[in-house]
Amino acid sequence: MSFVLVQVIVGGLLLGAVYALFSSGLTLVWGMMNIVNFAHGDFVMLGMYVAYVVYTLLGAGPLIGAPLATLFLATLGVIVYFALIRDIMKGPMLAQILGTFGLALLLRYSVFWWFGANFLSLPQNIVGGTIAAFGLRIEAARLLAGAVALLVTLALHLLLTRTALGSKMLAVAEDATAAQLMGIRPDTMQAIAWAIAAGATGLAGALIATFFYIVPTVGETLAIVAFVTVSLGGFGSVPGALVAGLLIGVIESLSGYLIGAVYKDIVVYALFVSFLWFRPQGLMGKS
Amino acid sequence: MRLKNVLGLVSAAALTLAFTAGASAEDKVVKIGAILPMSGNAASAGIHAKAALEVALDIINNAHPELGNFPLAKNAGLAGLGGAKVEVVFADNQGSPATGQNQALRLITEEKVAALIGAYQSGITLTTSAIAEKYGIPFLTPESVAANLTERGFKWFFRTTPIATDFAKVYTDFLADMKAAGASTESIALVHDNTEYGTSVAGTLTTAFKEKGQNILDISYASNATDVQSQVLQLKEKKPDVVLMISYTSDAILFAKTMQAQDYKPAILLADDAGYSDPSFIKAVGKISQGAFNRSSWSVGPQGSATAVIADLYKKKSGDDMDDTAGREMQGFFVLVDAIDRAGSTEPAKIQAALRATDLKPEQLMMGYKGVKFDDKGQNILASGVIIQLQDGENYVAVWPKANAEKPPALPYKGW
Repeated sequence: MSFVLVQVIVGGLLLGAVYALFSSGLTLVWGMMNIVNFAHGDFVMLGMYVAYVVYTLLGAGPLIGAPLATLFLATLGVIVYFALIRDIMKGPMLAQILGTFGLALLLRYSVFWWFGANFLSLPQNIVGGTIAAFGLRIEAARLLAGAVALLVTLALHLLLTRTALGSKMLAVAEDATAAQLMGIRPDTMQAIAWAIAAGATGLAGALIATFFYIVPTVGETLAIVAFVTVSLGGFGSVPGALVAGLLIGVIESLSGYLIGAVYKDIVVYALFVSFLWFRPQGLMGKS
Repeated sequence: MRLKNVLGLVSAAALTLAFTAGASAEDKVVKIGAILPMSGNAASAGIHAKAALEVALDIINNAHPELGNFPLAKNAGLAGLGGAKVEVVFADNQGSPATGQNQALRLITEEKVAALIGAYQSGITLTTSAIAEKYGIPFLTPESVAANLTERGFKWFFRTTPIATDFAKVYTDFLADMKAAGASTESIALVHDNTEYGTSVAGTLTTAFKEKGQNILDISYASNATDVQSQVLQLKEKKPDVVLMISYTSDAILFAKTMQAQDYKPAILLADDAGYSDPSFIKAVGKISQGAFNRSSWSVGPQGSATAVIADLYKKKSGDDMDDTAGREMQGFFVLVDAIDRAGSTEPAKIQAALRATDLKPEQLMMGYKGVKFDDKGQNILASGVIIQLQDGENYVAVWPKANAEKPPALPYKGW
């Protein structure tokens, strides 16, 4: 019993780290520009397909797939910023929502058209199978994703708090006009923020592809978790997303095991809603 | 002046009449609406089903003498309607019961289809067929298996596929044979999602197994799960003799991956069609699901047989091998079109009467049913199937009952 419970908790932590990994990009854009990116789940999906294409063309695993997915999505992030976001930011809230939602559908059905609706998968042992220790079984692919989640969170946190670039980005987030008066170009900063956010999301996708199925609609399945993680962690807080991701992962796993899998979403969302009741800004968000 | 106008109108009307009359005699088209998941999480199944219907259309609308006496193949078009061609209007249900319902309404009122076919997911067939019933349009489901679909007293609803109660018998008989061969089958875990399909099939099977005195472990989960580790750990801890999977493709793949990660192998893994029949399931995780049993009514048959020719046409169309779901889809369509052909009309009531009078023999079918004959609930009472096994992780082979078996069943479940 206790062994299984430990396995459930460890599995939950690894799952939560993955949630945190694919939420960090969303929280960055949300916090910096006050834009809800509904195409976020589809960015993850694109990252997964990049990893798949790298595997089929070069036979290479995430060592090559993940950097390429990061690069590809970062480029896409910049393009999306200049082609779409910069303009709809000036528009009403509804335009922002529908703009990114339209982007989501465009990406999803482009992939659908090109790759078809079939479920794809990378080979099971592409990252090195399963590690068995102390009676626990841990997938190497999930462990890698979890480790990268911690690193990405740390790197983003340091970037925002310890570097000049980070200060400039935060200055633009605080007050774009004032920042401009200080000689910071909001456009450049926001484009960089989109590049980083989309790049981190692509990285997440490439790593998730090593243990999840790949299908054009996979973004739908993942996006809702990302939104919950970000709002629980606090909008714009990168460490908050990590803590929230881990929390949701463990609660999901435990309630799925102890109460039953059909009820796990009820447990998670009931806790989520009641938490926001008391602390609407989330765990680490600014009030 | 006024008389001239009137004359003009009258002659124009006469001309129009003459033209339409001429057109309808020459190229009459029978429109059938197909509601399938072309996007959303079941799109893989829907797109394969669409390919199956397109192959069926080719067989019906063009002469295919190589298919021998297979119904509707020999001549081009429908003999009963003066060589009329059949056209299918495809509609995407997007995996949503509400969208399916809207599509049904659109197909009936705007496209004026003579009949409807679909809608893959039982939950969507439930809502779409209610619209057909309201408008008095025949609705045939070739693949939705939830038992309650034919328990609603509908007059326009028909189903060709074997359903949960048929398969409950197949499963209990099969497991009894496995027990006789030395396998333990005392406890059975039913792993199912919370959709109409998952809950209704699990319900029917629970009753059937309990009657045989077997222990049931019910493990349900929300469809399109992001993680199924806790369910696999539950199985690992409770150690049921048999694990019966009632899952759509996405969840089936996730279960296969997680079972390998947690090094969990039941002695017998038996799947209830759906995800396990999807060709993309086999490509994605077939190699780590070796030895999985599944139910099916499809078998390719010897070279040159009608089924082998159809399998060939399908492979050319879709790029994938024919599977049970695509096969049942195609079979249902043939049954529907055969009824329209016999009705000799596109009038809904006449099609309904012809469907009621359907009496197809096994040799007139491409699927391994004992025939097609509907009871007054609209259920095909001659539907049946066999057990197949994914022995090499690439292709299913028929293993039970003995009369249909290409190979003996291999135990225990091998996995990877």
